[in-house]
Amino acid sequence: MDLTYTGDDLAFRDQVRAFLEAELPADLRHKVQHHLRLHKDDYVRWHRILARQDWVAPGWPREYGGPDWTPAQRHIFDEECARAGTPPVLPFGVNMVAPVIMAFGSQAQKDYYLPRILSCEDWWCQGYSEPGAGSDLASLKTTAVLKRDDEGEHYVVNGQKTWTTLAQHADMIFCLVRTDPTVRKQEGISFLLIDMHAPGVTVRPIIMLDEDHEVNEVFFDNVRVPVSNLVGQENKGWTYAKYLLGHERTGIAAVGRSKRELARLKELARREQKDGRPLLHDPLFAAKVADLEIELMALEMTVLRVLADAHKAPGPEASVLKVRGTEIQQRLSELMVEAAGPLALPFDAAYLEGERDHSVIDDDFAAPLLPHYFNVRKTSIYGGSNEIQRNIISQMILGL
Amino acid sequence: MDFNFKDEQLQLADALKRWIARDYTFEARRAIVGSPAGVSDAAWGTLAELGLTALPLPAAHGGFDGDAVDMFVVMQELGRGLVVEPYVATMLGAEFLRRGGAHGELLDRVAGGELKLACALGERQSRHDLRDVATRAVQEDGGWRLSGEKKVVLHGAQAGVLVVSARSGGAQRDEAGITLFAVEADAPGVVTRDVRMLDGQRAADVLLRDVRVDAAAVIGTAGHGWDTLEAAADYGAALLCAEALGAMDALFATTLDYLKTRQQFGVPIGKFQALQHRMADMYVHLEQARSMALLAAVRLAEEARAADDGKAAATARRRVVSAAKYRVGQAARFVGQQAIQLHGGMGVTDELPASHYFKRLSTIELTLGDCDHHLARFIAQPGFLDQEAA
Repeated sequence: MDLTYTGDDLAFRDQVRAFLEAELPADLRHKVQHHLRLHKDDYVRWHRILARQDWVAPGWPREYGGPDWTPAQRHIFDEECARAGTPPVLPFGVNMVAPVIMAFGSQAQKDYYLPRILSCEDWWCQGYSEPGAGSDLASLKTTAVLKRDDEGEHYVVNGQKTWTTLAQHADMIFCLVRTDPTVRKQEGISFLLIDMHAPGVTVRPIIMLDEDHEVNEVFFDNVRVPVSNLVGQENKGWTYAKYLLGHERTGIAAVGRSKRELARLKELARREQKDGRPLLHDPLFAAKVADLEIELMALEMTVLRVLADAHKAPGPEASVLKVRGTEIQQRLSELMVEAAGPLALPFDAAYLEGERDHSVIDDDFAAPLLPHYFNVRKTSIYGGSNEIQRNIISQMILGL
Repeated sequence: MDFNFKDEQLQLADALKRWIARDYTFEARRAIVGSPAGVSDAAWGTLAELGLTALPLPAAHGGFDGDAVDMFVVMQELGRGLVVEPYVATMLGAEFLRRGGAHGELLDRVAGGELKLACALGERQSRHDLRDVATRAVQEDGGWRLSGEKKVVLHGAQAGVLVVSARSGGAQRDEAGITLFAVEADAPGVVTRDVRMLDGQRAADVLLRDVRVDAAAVIGTAGHGWDTLEAAADYGAALLCAEALGAMDALFATTLDYLKTRQQFGVPIGKFQALQHRMADMYVHLEQARSMALLAAVRLAEEARAADDGKAAATARRRVVSAAKYRVGQAARFVGQQAIQLHGGMGVTDELPASHYFKRLSTIELTLGDCDHHLARFIAQPGFLDQEAA
């Protein structure tokens, strides 16, 4: 039992820090730290900076262009990126479709898609949820019917996906579609890669409670998909989707980001005054912050313990991290709003969009906090709601 | 980084498990709890044979120089086994003596299993604040005279020597002016009143009626006992966190087993989602608590290895131990209460181990600082309220 980093780890940390210091554009850092809205170009710019260093896909094996880091190095990298305030690398290409293609895709799919994911040539989105298939994902109804005509074999896809994050920017979508309606619902699903620019694909925005356009509905109306875009075998899509569960083991805990947010919360609570002294000196408020800080300390240690077991197959422990990690993120956003008080109330979309440099109420710290609080309600709903995670814990870990 | 226990640690845990399964069963324990002494000489003899009484003591005094992680492993098993022997009291007392540096002969006897210790720290008014000491120590004829009353001294009546905190100067709640003494339990004027606690362990009120001790009884430096007292109490809190972890593990396991076997409406009650999600929440608490209990043990071990008693190291120690005691206390309350609830009527009986684990966990929460005490202490550490130095 020894929790200290090795000399190599510390040298690696210094290397990452130096890289971030030199390469992270100041405007991106500012946006991330202030919860301002990120645009397509912001994500792409940061993705390509990392790609130049071969650091964009820490989880990939060396043969596909991964950096071949140890679990400790991956943790250090995540932690340092969060500390510095980098935009996230969106998971849909790098962490979601890529591992499935690597494990089950054809050589042609690997050769074509993986380099384009690394370079961000294709922007990917995820086509899982449907209006009638949320937590009960396997009940999805979007169909893909195999047809043959003069141009060869292809699928014809009809149906609707929803909650599709940033689909408005996407070039490709990976979809679970029903290819056999006659068998048990999990057994008739296939994993299909679809060109978002194909005729018959329509994207319609869903405006969320923070008035942001982050997710969409995606409609498929007789969309023609070459059969070569099927990943693996027909009707095995559910297995491939499950393979992804827990693949991203520890990032979901978002410990690094929450540590940065905790520091921001304390900064804010030192700045705001209550009864003539810093809010953080109010015993009621201090107790809430301390409780949260301790929970985060514990979560960080829990993440490290899971990482230390990384030689084992990915497991349901990720559910523990997801539940607690998202609860902590939500609580942090909640306490930041409390700390800002009435200053959090004025809504300034133009400032959030970066259309002006300072918020209309002249408080750049407070202005994004309430939209952020509303925004992160999603975290306990997406990626398998926290109730689904509790099902996973009770069934897969506890055997109930 | 390495999260594995060493082979010797695992072997020690196995040996303890085997002993508890064979000789310290739930029924055997019940008999010990109900006996007049409330502890078992035979059990203590075994603990000594297994090397546990010597484990954390210095090699110079017959010990094995075991660190806080070694002790984590031991305490976890004692918690799992609901062992009621005065092990924490004795090891906490030994930590005072080790830090004081002058009572090697007592440490020899502790290591050999011949001497049990107890720590008389709390008083009627002090609640969890160990600096609140009203017991007086007055210098007299080259020695000291002690008078006052110590409350709820864990295993106070089973100990041969008591570690006593007393005030030799300063105001009642000052850190300065506290002196620590090693007092023979049978010294004239020491009156102990043994009481049983509902968790099956013993505590005592210790009355000190003009107790005369000589100058050599002082642990460390007279008037400067606080740093030792605080550091030793942190060590004790870390031991209790590990014990609580073991107790919670066992309670969780027995509850899980109950959910899989108890049938209602024609199915095991573990098939009901309301209960499944409760168990999932308990599991999350348990893992978070395990992380903090481990973190505390590892940090104490690191601090001891570095032999660092500087200010920054003490701050780091207080922060981590208080965070751990707070988090483990919260988990103990949640896991304990919910485990009882999930057992239904059987949970509130004396018959099943579940209620006994719950009672032990509840006691631990109130020992060496409750959740509020440790949360306040965490907040009070440099860096929390005011900007951390970069």
